[in-house]
Amino acid sequence: MATTSVSPSAGSSSGSSSGTPSGSGVGRQRMKPGRWFSELGWRHLVGVVAVVFAAFPLVYVLSASLSENGTLTGSNTLFSDVSTANYAQLSESLFWTWMLNTLVIAVVTSIGTVLMGAAAAYAFSRFRFSGRRAGLTSLLIIQMFPQMLAFIAIFLLLLSLGDVVPALGLDSKLSLICVYLGGALGVNTFLMYGFFNTVPRELDEAAKLDGATHAQIYWTIILRLVAPILAVVALLSFISTYGEFIIARIVLTSESNWTLAVGLYGWVSSLREANWGLFTAGAVVSALPVLALFLYLQKYIVGGLTAGSVKG
Amino acid sequence: MSAPQITPTDSEVGAPEDSGPPQGPRAQRPRRDRDGSHARNYSPGFFVKLALMAVIDALGVYVVWSAWSAESYGILAAMLAMLVAANWVYFSKRALPLKYILPGLLFLLAYQIFVVAYTGYIAFTNYGTGHNTTKDQAVEALLVQNERRVEGSESAPLTVLVDGDELAFAIVTPDGDVEVGTAEQPLTVVDGAEVVGGRAAEVPGYDVLERGQVLERQEEVTNLRVPVSDDPEDGSIRTPDAMTGYVYTSTLEWDAASDTMTDTTTGTVYTPNDDGQFEAEDGSTLAVGWRVAVGFDNFVTAFSDGRYAQPFVKILAWTFVFAIGSVATTFLLGLFLAITFNDVRMRGRKIYRVLMILPYAIPGFLAALLWSGLLNTRFGFINEVIFGGAEIPWLTDPVLAKLSVLFVNLWLGFPYMFLICTGALQSLPSDVMEAAKIDGAGRWRTWRSVTLPLLLISTAPLLISSFAFNFNNFTLIYMLTGGGPRFADASVPLGHTDILISMVYQISGVDGSAPKNFGLASALSIVIFVIVGTISALAFRSTRKFEEIN
Repeated sequence: MATTSVSPSAGSSSGSSSGTPSGSGVGRQRMKPGRWFSELGWRHLVGVVAVVFAAFPLVYVLSASLSENGTLTGSNTLFSDVSTANYAQLSESLFWTWMLNTLVIAVVTSIGTVLMGAAAAYAFSRFRFSGRRAGLTSLLIIQMFPQMLAFIAIFLLLLSLGDVVPALGLDSKLSLICVYLGGALGVNTFLMYGFFNTVPRELDEAAKLDGATHAQIYWTIILRLVAPILAVVALLSFISTYGEFIIARIVLTSESNWTLAVGLYGWVSSLREANWGLFTAGAVVSALPVLALFLYLQKYIVGGLTAGSVKG
Repeated sequence: MSAPQITPTDSEVGAPEDSGPPQGPRAQRPRRDRDGSHARNYSPGFFVKLALMAVIDALGVYVVWSAWSAESYGILAAMLAMLVAANWVYFSKRALPLKYILPGLLFLLAYQIFVVAYTGYIAFTNYGTGHNTTKDQAVEALLVQNERRVEGSESAPLTVLVDGDELAFAIVTPDGDVEVGTAEQPLTVVDGAEVVGGRAAEVPGYDVLERGQVLERQEEVTNLRVPVSDDPEDGSIRTPDAMTGYVYTSTLEWDAASDTMTDTTTGTVYTPNDDGQFEAEDGSTLAVGWRVAVGFDNFVTAFSDGRYAQPFVKILAWTFVFAIGSVATTFLLGLFLAITFNDVRMRGRKIYRVLMILPYAIPGFLAALLWSGLLNTRFGFINEVIFGGAEIPWLTDPVLAKLSVLFVNLWLGFPYMFLICTGALQSLPSDVMEAAKIDGAGRWRTWRSVTLPLLLISTAPLLISSFAFNFNNFTLIYMLTGGGPRFADASVPLGHTDILISMVYQISGVDGSAPKNFGLASALSIVIFVIVGTISALAFRSTRKFEEIN
C-alpha cells in the first residue's frame, strides 16, 4: 500500500504496464476492423471525448483572453478576433503586484515547509527518544484537522499580535507566511518520515563511525538521498499555497497585499460582465507557473499523490 | 512570532538551516564522549549558531518588550516561553532531537494547535458584534457613546492645534490657564502658552491650525473628542464650531460598587445580565455588550434555533452529499479512464494523458471562477453556444446549482483519480492475475473478484483524504456559486449550495457582509472538526497507517 512510500515511477511508467486482463495478446499484426474497434478503437473514442471534456474550458479561456471585446458575451465565439488588449490592460491593474505577492508567499512557504518538515522527519526517523511515539501519533491526529477551519481564531490571533508587532498582524504577508508554516509540520512530516525510513540506517552509522556529527549526516548525506520527496513536498506546498483563498482573504486586507486568488475573485465577483476579458487574461497568466511546474515535474507530483496528498 | 522560530537545526558543528548549503565535511572531530569536554571545541558552526541565536533572541526580546508596552501579557508569556525553550534546546547537549523538531513545532503550536484550541474556547462564548471586548472596555465605550452636551454646561474658548498630523484642542480655563489635550491624551495644563483675546494663540510643541485648514478638516475637528480626565465619567470636550469647546458628559452613570449603569435622564437602572449586556428591568438593553462564556448556547442555537437549525440541517446533508458524491463521481470516471488507457497496445496514450490531466494542473480557484462564467445564465458559453441561447439557470436554480457544483468538481477532480487509479492498476501483482487466469476466471470475474478489491485497498486512504478535502472545499463553493441560490425563508445569508465551511464563513461575518458572530461560527467549526476527525479516525484505523509508527 502506497501510503508513505513515494516511488517516483508510480503512475508515470506508461510503457511498462503489465498484467492487464486485456493486454494478453502480443499480436502486432493487423486486426480486423471490427476486432480493432472492440479491442482498441473504443479506447481512442473515449480518449477523444475525455480530452474534449477536459480541455474545452481551457481552450475557451485562451480564446476569451485574446478576444478584443472583454465581456462575457463577447467571448463566446472562439478565436473570432485575436488581440492582446486584455493582456496589456493587466499592467494597468494591480495584477502584477498580486502575482509577485503570490510568488513570494508561495516560494517562501514551500522552502520553509521543506526545511522544517525534513528536519522533523529526520529526528523522528533517526533518533530514539522518549515522546517519539506520542509525537508521531499526535502529528497523525493533527493532520486530520485542517488549519483553515480555525480561520476565526487565526483572525483574532493576528488581531492581537498586530497590536504588539504590526508585522505579525493582519494585512502582512509575513504573518500570512507564518500561518501557512504553522500547517507545515502537520501535513508533510508523515509523508517525509516514510521516505526517510527507506534510507538505510547503515549509511549514517558508517558516517558516524568515521566521525561525522548528526548535523553533517543530515546535511551532507540524508538530505541528498531524500531529494525526491523534498521536491514533492516543495511542489505540493507551492501549489496549494498558490491557490489558497480563505486565510489569504482574511489576513490580507489592503488591495496591494492581495494574492492572485483574492484579487481575481474580486474581479469576477464585482462586475463579472465588464471584467471578464481582464479576468481571463489574468487567469491564463496565473495558471502558467503552476501548469509549467506540473507538466515539467509530473512524475514527482504523481508520486506524491499516490503517497497520499491532495492538491488544494 | 515569525523569525524566532526559524531557528537553526544544527547542533555543535552543524550548518544552520538558513545559512544555505552545508560547508561540506569538516576536519574530523572527536565525538564528545571521547573528547570529554565539548565546551572547549568551538567550530565555525558553533559561531554561526551563536550569531543566529543572537538575532533570534534580539527579535524575541523586541517582541517581549512590545508586548509589555502594549500590555498583552498573554503574548508576552508565550514569547518568553518560546525564547527560553529555543535557547535551552540549542545550547543544551541533551535536547538533540528537539534541535530538529523545534522550529516546526513552535509554528505548529502557535498557528495550528493554539488556534484550534482557541476556536474551541470561542465556541463557548458570545464573541461577535456587540460583544467584542471585555466588560471594562464595554463600560468605557458605553459612557463615551452616550455623551451629550448638557444644557448650560461649561464652555470655554477653544483653539484647534495640530502636532504633526494629530489634532489637539487648547482651551482657556476660567482661571486663565491653558489646557491642551488630544483624543488619546486628556486635558493637561501647559506652561508658556500665549493667550490673546482670551484665546490660546500659541502653544509650545503645537501649531495653531489656520481657519482654512480647519474648514478642510472640519469633520475631523467636529468628531474629535478630548477627554477631560482619565475617568470617562468626567466627560469630554468637543466643539461644533472650532471656536468654543463644550463639556459633554455621559447620560449614563457607571457605579462600579453596585455594578450598575444608570441613565441619568430617565433614571433607568441597568444591571449586567448573563448574556454580557446591561439590562433594565423592562428587558431593554444597552447597545454595547462584552463577551461572556455562554456554555453550550451556540451549539443549541445551531441545532434548535429556527433561524439556523433548518439551514444547518439542510447544509449538513448537502455537505455529505457533495463530499461523497464528488469522491464517487471522480473516482468512477477516473477508474473508467484508467482502465480504458491501461492497454499497452494503445497508441498515443501519453498525449491523451497529458491533455486529460490539464484541469488538475491549473489552480482550483481559477477553475471555479472560470466555470462560474461559463455557466452564467444569460451570457455564459454553455447556454449561449452549446444550448443555443437557452437560459438554463445553472447556478441559480437550487437543484441545477447542486448538479453544476458536482459537475465542476468532477471536471476538477477526475484527473487526480485517473492518475492514482492508473498507478494502482499498474502496480497490481501480475502473478495473482495469472493465477486467476489459470483457475479459469473470465475477464469480468477476474475484474470483480481480484482487480477491484486490490485496487480499493490501495486507493482507500486516498479516497478518505479526498473526502476530507471535499468536505471543506470552500474555494470551489465560494467561487462558483457563493453558496447561492439563497434559501428563500432564511434570515441569515445562506444558500442551497453552501457547505458547512462556507456556512461558517458567512456566519462569522469576517468579510463584513453580515453581523459578526464568532461564537456561533466557531461552534460550527468544532462540529466540522468532530465530523471530519471521527470519519478520518475510523477510516484510518481500518487501514494500517498506525502500524507504521514503530
